[in-house]
Amino acid sequence: MTTLRINGESKTFDAPDDMPLLWVLRDVLGMTGTKFGCGIAQCGACTVHIDGNPVRSCLLPVGAIGNQAVTTIEGISATDAGAKVQKAWLDLEVIQCGYCQSGQIMSAAALLANTPRPDDADIDAAMAGNICRCGTYVRIREAIKRAAGEV
Amino acid sequence: MSRIENIARTPSRRVLLKAGLAAGFTLSFHLPVRAANEPEQAPDTTDGKFAPNTFIRIDHAGKTTLVMPQVEMGQGVYTAVAMILADELDADYAKVELKHAPPNDKLYANPIFGIQVTGNSNSIRAFWKPLRQAGAAARTMLVQAAAQQWQVDPASCAASNGTVSHAASGRTLAYGDLIDAAAAIPVPQDPKLKDPKDFKLIGKPLKRFDTPSKVNGSAIYGIDAMLPGMKFATIAASPVFGGKVAKVDDKAARTVPGVRQIVVLDDIVAVVGDHMWAAKKGLDALNITWNDGPNAKISSADIWEDLRAASKKDGVVAKSVGDIAKGLAQGDRFDAEYELPFLAHATMEPMNCVLQVTPDSCEIWIGTQVVSRVQQYAAQAAGLPIEKVTVHNHLLGGGFGRRLEPDMAVSAVRIAKQVSGPLKVVWTREEDIQHDIYRPVYRDVIAATLSDGKIAAWKYRISGSAIMARWIPPVFQGGIDIDAVDSAVDMPYDIPNRLIEYVRAEPPAVPTGFWRGVGPNNNVFATECFMDELARKAGKDPVEFRRSMLNGNPRLKAALELVAEKSGWGQPLPARAGRGVSVQPSFGSFIATVVEAEVDEHGEVHLRNVTSAVDTGIAVNPDTIVAQLQGGLIFGLTAALYGEITIANGRVQQSNFNDYRMLRIDEVPKIEVHVIKSSEDPGGIGETGATAGPPALRNAIYAATGIALRRLPIDRKALAVANKA
Repeated sequence: MTTLRINGESKTFDAPDDMPLLWVLRDVLGMTGTKFGCGIAQCGACTVHIDGNPVRSCLLPVGAIGNQAVTTIEGISATDAGAKVQKAWLDLEVIQCGYCQSGQIMSAAALLANTPRPDDADIDAAMAGNICRCGTYVRIREAIKRAAGEV
Repeated sequence: MSRIENIARTPSRRVLLKAGLAAGFTLSFHLPVRAANEPEQAPDTTDGKFAPNTFIRIDHAGKTTLVMPQVEMGQGVYTAVAMILADELDADYAKVELKHAPPNDKLYANPIFGIQVTGNSNSIRAFWKPLRQAGAAARTMLVQAAAQQWQVDPASCAASNGTVSHAASGRTLAYGDLIDAAAAIPVPQDPKLKDPKDFKLIGKPLKRFDTPSKVNGSAIYGIDAMLPGMKFATIAASPVFGGKVAKVDDKAARTVPGVRQIVVLDDIVAVVGDHMWAAKKGLDALNITWNDGPNAKISSADIWEDLRAASKKDGVVAKSVGDIAKGLAQGDRFDAEYELPFLAHATMEPMNCVLQVTPDSCEIWIGTQVVSRVQQYAAQAAGLPIEKVTVHNHLLGGGFGRRLEPDMAVSAVRIAKQVSGPLKVVWTREEDIQHDIYRPVYRDVIAATLSDGKIAAWKYRISGSAIMARWIPPVFQGGIDIDAVDSAVDMPYDIPNRLIEYVRAEPPAVPTGFWRGVGPNNNVFATECFMDELARKAGKDPVEFRRSMLNGNPRLKAALELVAEKSGWGQPLPARAGRGVSVQPSFGSFIATVVEAEVDEHGEVHLRNVTSAVDTGIAVNPDTIVAQLQGGLIFGLTAALYGEITIANGRVQQSNFNDYRMLRIDEVPKIEVHVIKSSEDPGGIGETGATAGPPALRNAIYAATGIALRRLPIDRKALAVANKA
């Protein structure tokens, strides 16, 4: 059995050590907010935080996490940056189909937690790993600036 | 609680879902309703609800539930449909709740298609009147019910915010208190619609219903449906189109922890496990020998050779105006050919289907643009009568035309028939890209003459798949695919002599289908590219050249004038930077777009600015119009810059986002959208940006470099400085 700290709660489950966190979250724990997009860390839909850093959960073996804190979209509102990002996303109506947006929000929340006043280059660097097929990029940029209190 | 009822959270007859059985979701799918053309039935209030039509139900507490005939895939249609219904109904908009429609072509058919379809950017065009009538009919009945109770003239009562009031006496009744009396009143056949100046919701940039659940991870897409005891499967279809399974060695796969079953069909192998990881590892461990069949040698080069040959023959005449022979004999003649590649849809939510098949039932959880078609095809695949198949539709993680096909449900049913208990079938991204139903290759052959700086003749021949012939056969008449010729037969310019021809040319083996922008994607591209080339031949500015031929299309002309002003058209730019324009009358909206781009010495193209002006008639939710344009433009520009599926040895060569590239945030410039105020009926919007972007970008490159590209995606080699000479 493996135990992880997810969104502040201790979760114990049975899964092989090489199983990516994504599938533990979705298929074992039923936490479906984290999305499967590509399986090779190219799209960012599966982004979670490990000790506050954005990580693609589709390639992160669950056995490598240990005591580090896992935060998912279901728990991000408990962080200051996460709550601000979610509010900005709502205020600016960023979302279309929404499937990539858990990952977008997780990447943006990590960016703001580490860089409270990101410029365009910071946003590019932090967000270029997250694909949005609906093309919400223009609003994502605006919303990050809004969440940072710049607009 | 979400204001969109997740079907996946609704108790069904057979299965209760693990995920959040939130209180209050106790509705059955039996709707006491009538279709538009059916004789009126007495409104049924057996479940305590007022249900005057297919779309509206109000209970005694006043809770108003609106049933969504069209599916939400990001385009904002749930919000727009709710706004239209609630406005005419005078409901308390802040409290209405939405519900996905069940499969039922009789009750929820898209009036344009005659079946339940969300596509062709026509949801609002198709449902604008029916929704308004539904809302107005219910309101009329509620007002009449109140007037009866008060014994006053209904005309002296007013509805607002879920209540009816009588100003003279100061009395008020809530809708919930009126439903029993209202249900006894015959449904008015021709209720009085609101004067648009009295709209309270329509025309306002209201918040979307689906955003709250999409920012906190609680939104449920098809891929998120969870059933107790569910197993997980992933599949491998023959890498070569049409190939079959010859032999499967599953020794190693069976030793993978968590693998439960291996299902071998004639063309697909599936591994079933305790979770996707086991299924995936199991699939990787399988040794499958395929019988590649007759398509094993097919390549893109062959497909293009065939298409080019087909495009040289005369086509079926789709439109003829004036005298093309006479027109082509006037002035100077110019010829060009344009080519567009196969494209995958690459919805962010990969293809999937959750289901349980038993000998006498089939229950499906899926996100689809064609819910009744999924039911029909699943019934066929399961060998069951249609009434034994239940389909729960969901939010879609992107549609773009991919989910206009039921194939993922069909293969899931075939697999699940051999599996006991509930099953989630999820395609890997590789499977999703390599077994798509692709946007067809197209080739357009154009000849035009210029006389006195204007176009005298326009001969335009489209060659490509007849998607309609496969997808909705009765519509394919006289050899003309109405989608393939869309925006060509109705091109916007005043040209006295025109001939539009269509050649049906189906690529061998590669399945083709609708892709965001559909037929106009091809025709607007070729038309607008050639317009720029002709403008240059005529020595005219591309905006002015177009403007001079748009007198018959004032809405488009106005959009063009506005975009020229807003984009800084004509203002100086650095070397190797240019602006390109496109205009289109497609999907009932009139859009002009300017893309500003720079081409570096290596031929790489950098977007600098994008500006669109749109007249879409009454903008039900103007913020959605802006969002759809912004996103659609990015969708189209992605394809123009990177999109191409190629075939070698009968198989697709691309596999994932590493080699089927998407535009990312660091490549996307500012995109400005200007919505023109209009009182015309609403036009379509979801696909328009996808169509507008590519020709405007190509024309910007033409302006920047003088190189007239005639194929997509952009050929960087041709644009590199070293190759210019």
